[in-house]
Amino acid sequence: MLAAFTDINWQLIATATLTAVFGVDAMYFAIAAIGLNVQFGYAGLLNFGQAGFMACGAYAIGMTAHYWHISFWWGIPMAIAYATVFGLIMGIPTLRLRSDYLAIVTIALAELVRLIVRSVTFKKYFAGSDGINGFGKTFTEETPFNPSGKYSLWPFDDNANMFGRILLLLIFAGMSVMLGRMIAARLSAGNKALRMTLPLVVFGIVMVGAKQTEYGGLGFKSLIVGWLIVFVLGALVYMLMRSPWGRVVKGIREDEEAVRSLGKNIYSYKLQALILGGAIATFAGMMFSLSRGSVQPDNYSRDVTFFVLTALVLGGLGKVTGSIVGPMLYWGISQFISVFLNELTKVWGGHVDIFGVPVITNPSQVGAYVQIALGLMLIFLMVFRPQGLFGNRKEMALDGR
Amino acid sequence: MVAEALKAELSQAATAARAALSGVPATPGAEKPDPIMSAVGVRRSFGGIVAVDVDRVGIQRGSITALIGPNGAGKTTFFNLMTGFDKPDTGTWSFNGTPLEKVAAHKTAAMGMVRTFQLTKSLTKMSVIENMKLGATDQTGEKWWNGIFPFRWRAEETAIEARADELLRRFSLDHMRNEYAGTLSGGQRKLLEMSRALMTKPQLVMLDEPMAGVNPALKQSLNRHIRGLRDEGMTVLFVEHDMDMVHDLSDWVIVMAEGRIIAEGTPDQISSNTAVIDAYLGAHQGKSFLEDM
Repeated sequence: MLAAFTDINWQLIATATLTAVFGVDAMYFAIAAIGLNVQFGYAGLLNFGQAGFMACGAYAIGMTAHYWHISFWWGIPMAIAYATVFGLIMGIPTLRLRSDYLAIVTIALAELVRLIVRSVTFKKYFAGSDGINGFGKTFTEETPFNPSGKYSLWPFDDNANMFGRILLLLIFAGMSVMLGRMIAARLSAGNKALRMTLPLVVFGIVMVGAKQTEYGGLGFKSLIVGWLIVFVLGALVYMLMRSPWGRVVKGIREDEEAVRSLGKNIYSYKLQALILGGAIATFAGMMFSLSRGSVQPDNYSRDVTFFVLTALVLGGLGKVTGSIVGPMLYWGISQFISVFLNELTKVWGGHVDIFGVPVITNPSQVGAYVQIALGLMLIFLMVFRPQGLFGNRKEMALDGR
Repeated sequence: MVAEALKAELSQAATAARAALSGVPATPGAEKPDPIMSAVGVRRSFGGIVAVDVDRVGIQRGSITALIGPNGAGKTTFFNLMTGFDKPDTGTWSFNGTPLEKVAAHKTAAMGMVRTFQLTKSLTKMSVIENMKLGATDQTGEKWWNGIFPFRWRAEETAIEARADELLRRFSLDHMRNEYAGTLSGGQRKLLEMSRALMTKPQLVMLDEPMAGVNPALKQSLNRHIRGLRDEGMTVLFVEHDMDMVHDLSDWVIVMAEGRIIAEGTPDQISSNTAVIDAYLGAHQGKSFLEDM
């Protein structure tokens, strides 16, 4: 039984896991999570309709080709306009009420969006359940990447050009410094040596990890652009949350009445946070659609919202780093479990038995176990680290008013 | 030292306030010579219960006015109505001559009217200084499009922080500056809430039970702080149950019972007012309300 472990193709598992950590799914989840973090992590708005906002972005970009027949760049302002309208529809009737009502309305409205875009009646506008293909050609076709080629995030990859190398190195360096300093501050604040060395260690790990990744040429451009958007939006939210605006929003999360008594229009701030988070999430829909070259209504169903929420909670609410690293880990872990179980099934002759009990009898069952494992992980996270990986334990411990 | 402060002679502002009120008859709804806030016919009912039914009331500018009454008299509801946190069924009320019927709660603070809450509302997961800075009204950086650009609000932020630090020193909270507000004791939270309210640069400060659950030493310092507000030209309206405190602090006392104003007057007039004693006697079975309070 143990001998079988050595037969497992660990190289394959490492590649699959690390590819997922930096992959398209992690990228678009990170964008959506940054938006959800503004709403839920900072402003305390229980938005269960993030998929609806993502659909706004996807359809804004899809409709440029399907209905309007204009340049796909118009998709960006249109996505923000859609998100604003959608946010107003959600927020105006509910934000004066208790937060529970927002949760109910958002989940319903997001589902409504999906049902409308996939309906036959509105096929003219949204292409129904077939989805939209062939948009954003200027983006997908003019890429320096060969569609059938293999690419990695390793900056010294044979396929990489000078610009790409520098860009990747800069991104990794920035990421490592940010993460390294953060971890150093957690471990022992004020320790200069740790502050200097940890970013280097993280950089080393990231580089080794990047060498393992492997992507097809088709979505590679959207991957690079997508991660850049993640960093730009992450920086934007970080700046905003350190500003007086962020202070008011965080105050509203703590106690609305107190903030109102100090002369702030909390209704307006809550609407702003809802729409801002939604507008950020539209970029998730856009990048996801661009990476696949298609818009499908069923990619924006309820479960997407809850997976994004899970990834965000895993990373830590109310922290920008948490909202970016959470989705990376979420997809890394789920991919690891999935590929590992697949390999195990293969090595053990098509089924997995634990103490004679057949646990997996068919490779198609692996998907369900991934969900079970992620669910268990979330339970343990809530028990032992309720603030998430990057959250602040001290903050979490302060409850009650 | 505390006792000294208490026995200290009346400040100039206090003397002026008491002189202005000396000609006012001790009857419910008496006209004040210079009201900062006045209300006419304000009525609020919850189902069949009339929580507030005030025919006429005015708050003299520059004075410390106490609002007293048994539990359930409608004092907090009256606060909520005046500050826009609740809407009355009928009635008009104004602040500095501006009618407030159609003014939203958040706008009253910018007009110079600020309130605190009976149950202290500290923003527990924010630091004390952040709590304070939140109090400043009309900040440029509170618009999200300005928030992204620190250079647009840095200078203002520095000024706000300086003002916040000064207030924290005055309320002896400066040592807790960078701690989470959630780590403060109950009394310190009361102080924080009061000083945060002062960040709005108010003309009228409405304190809902500022001394509830506060130890006697801190009560004395709160007492001094409230007098300080009057000396700086602010008007104070506060709800309180501690009759010694009320007697000691206030220039004018308004008594509510069952939603109505049943008496008004100087503290001395109120303690000998039969209507007040009757109102309290109902709930206190023959004891003097002075004893029990």
